[in-house]
Amino acid sequence: MSGTDGGEPLLEVRELCKYFSEGGGMLGGVTFDREFPFLKRQRGDVRAVESVSFDIEKGETLGLVGESGCGKSTLARTVLRLLEPTSGSVYFKGEDLASLSGEPLRRKRKDMQMIFQDPQSSLDPRMKVGPIVEEPMKAHGMLDEEGREARAKELLEKVGLDPQHYNRYPHAFSGGQRQRVNLARALSVNPDFIVCDEPVSALDVSIQAQVLNTMRDLQEEFDLTYLFIAHDLSVIRHISDRVAVMYLGQMVEIADKEELFENPQHPYTRALLDAIPVPDPRSGGRTALLTGDVPSPIDPPSGCRFRTRCPSLIRPAEYDMTDAEWANVVEFQRAVKRRSFETTNRAAVRQRHFADAEPGGEAGTLLDEAIGHVAAGEWEEAERLLTESFADRSVCATEEPAYEVSPTHGESRHYAACHLVRDDAVAAGEETELASSVGERFAGSADVGEADD
Amino acid sequence: MSEPLLSVENLKTQFFTEDGTVRAVDGISFDVHEGEIVGLVGESGAGKSVATSSLLRLVESPGEIVGGEITFKGRTLFGLEEDASGELRPRDDMLSEEEMRREIRGREIAIIFQDPMESLNPVFTVGGQLREFIELNRDLSEKEAKREAIDMLREVGIPAPETRYDEYPHQFSGGMRQRVLIAMALACQPDLIIADEPTTALDVTVEGQILEMVKELQTKYDTSFIWVTHDMSVVAEICDRVNVMYLGEIIEHATVDDLFYDTKHPYTRALLDSMPRPDETVHELNPIEGVMPEAIDPPAGCRFHSRCPDAREVCREVHPEPRDLADEGEPTHRAACVKYDAFDVGYDESRPIEGDAAGGFGAGLTRTGGEE
Repeated sequence: MSGTDGGEPLLEVRELCKYFSEGGGMLGGVTFDREFPFLKRQRGDVRAVESVSFDIEKGETLGLVGESGCGKSTLARTVLRLLEPTSGSVYFKGEDLASLSGEPLRRKRKDMQMIFQDPQSSLDPRMKVGPIVEEPMKAHGMLDEEGREARAKELLEKVGLDPQHYNRYPHAFSGGQRQRVNLARALSVNPDFIVCDEPVSALDVSIQAQVLNTMRDLQEEFDLTYLFIAHDLSVIRHISDRVAVMYLGQMVEIADKEELFENPQHPYTRALLDAIPVPDPRSGGRTALLTGDVPSPIDPPSGCRFRTRCPSLIRPAEYDMTDAEWANVVEFQRAVKRRSFETTNRAAVRQRHFADAEPGGEAGTLLDEAIGHVAAGEWEEAERLLTESFADRSVCATEEPAYEVSPTHGESRHYAACHLVRDDAVAAGEETELASSVGERFAGSADVGEADD
Repeated sequence: MSEPLLSVENLKTQFFTEDGTVRAVDGISFDVHEGEIVGLVGESGAGKSVATSSLLRLVESPGEIVGGEITFKGRTLFGLEEDASGELRPRDDMLSEEEMRREIRGREIAIIFQDPMESLNPVFTVGGQLREFIELNRDLSEKEAKREAIDMLREVGIPAPETRYDEYPHQFSGGMRQRVLIAMALACQPDLIIADEPTTALDVTVEGQILEMVKELQTKYDTSFIWVTHDMSVVAEICDRVNVMYLGEIIEHATVDDLFYDTKHPYTRALLDSMPRPDETVHELNPIEGVMPEAIDPPAGCRFHSRCPDAREVCREVHPEPRDLADEGEPTHRAACVKYDAFDVGYDESRPIEGDAAGGFGAGLTRTGGEE
């Protein structure tokens, strides 16, 4: 229990799942329907975080990126046990937080703090900043009154505020300064680990830089470990040592910062990187943008969750066609699903989607049938046929990917959940290997993942 | 170049509050030509949004446009003159409130706001709102307007537009809602669209999609845009010309390439330097010291002098108006900084200001602190 040695992870998350049951109450899950009986009742869990595993080493910053709604904040809150995990474990300094409760858990909280996105609503407007900073110390019975005041003043200075401001109210501070008060409060109990949930996204760029620099200095001084959540990859690149990319509740890639930015393996990571705007008018803008929206986490796609938007969906082995032909098929299937063009005759559909390459053989026959449906205005039949005969037969749909490749930058492991890397994979990935290593180390501790899949 | 589509001269908008007069927009001038995207950048509190709502005369009490002239396609959206007693009163050719509402807003100049949920009514279907807007502004029958609305939705990339037409705003994702607003703005084929931070609340991937779409539609319809943003990357990507605002003033104006590669004003420079780069790893960021002062009591002289790394004594005394610093034959590049020779106020001989900027975080505190 007493401290972890260098190189050993401070936090180990294994197979963590968090589901929210949708719509409790009498009318929960009821939707109106156009056809008899006009009401539909659906029950389904929102699978916000699903079997996520990662480590954070002492003193490092793990950046967590993903689009809004991908489960970043839920993951962070579940890791801190502000939310009850559905299954899985979180080992903090070797102790499973998921199994703690009551007073022991409360005492543990001293070592883990959190900073939120909105610096305004996370500070009580009726308390002066001094007492705000002192409150966590009070809750954990640290120091006497005088000692707490002295420490609060010292911390205010450390985060770049004037200790004289001890007696001011939060409204007298600007956004950036309020975020500094939040930092001071988080630091007051001398934590080892701070979860920062989008701490600078509400701030102007010039202020963002000030706060980021301070956070870095504090990390060095107090030997802090950060889990840093952001949707802005530029910020992530600046602050992180390693980066984890999340999509629809799952980790798709984890690697060293340099490795992830210079040698991304997952098509989603690449798409995210391509989508970052570069502050340079000569850069030529963003390339190859993703299309479509994130699917619902209530009924996520099978296999790889990114496959419905993936630009490099793998061709099912049973069909024999060129890459260009396959790309057209995928494009056509998605266009049908989105109904993104108007019904016209067969020739026009062919011209629109298969002008350069149309597959022959069995695939061609199926495709011809689908085009017939489209021409007849039977969109649903066309969509079903295309999905069943093409998209659902890809390895991306039938198997869940989890691989580890050898990194070209840095030394830490590079996890990529994509079937494209299956030939370069050095290990079967997170699931088997890491779970077993934990199994050895914590052979005694109970419930190591009982994910129901 | 031809006559500008929109020209703004010395526009001033002030808010009369209990604590004093807030000079939110303090004498800005810029123009927009046909078919171009003009950026208006600055940090929060710079006066960007007040400037754009002034263009449509949407400023509400206690705010008021107190000076300047706004001309759009030869018509005066705003203009004052002195009457016999020396009082300022609206000029005769200034459009009436009725004319603004019927002929300008929505029809000639459309506006897209940052938060799409606030611009859409949650109790009406998306299609219904779009249809009504088209019906009213383009004198189409209900049926034609509906067809047009569905076409517009497809145009902005809403999947299955026939079905989505009957859905409510809450059933749309943030990006989709913003697309609906863009459809709404484009539906009346206005000449100018004011986009007030339309992509700020969106993810980069969605932002990319939307910017891409705007660029396509802009080429297709040849609409002009005023693009308000705080994000230099968006500016780099979409704008043709850029105005940089600081504390109610435009302190630099240039083509987008000049702004990034021949930056003149120290504020613009500092803003660019303080950004983390996505394409390279930077170890230490260079933040701008301090925070933006309050517009209620702006610093004397150059408003940026309290945070400027190049500030000298003279900056505290002389208030620079933007001047064209471009070489002959080059596109206009205006900047308001006395360190350039064009100003000739003795900057070189002046002593550097010390300690002012180093006041850092304390310097930015408002005086309404909690010590009683």
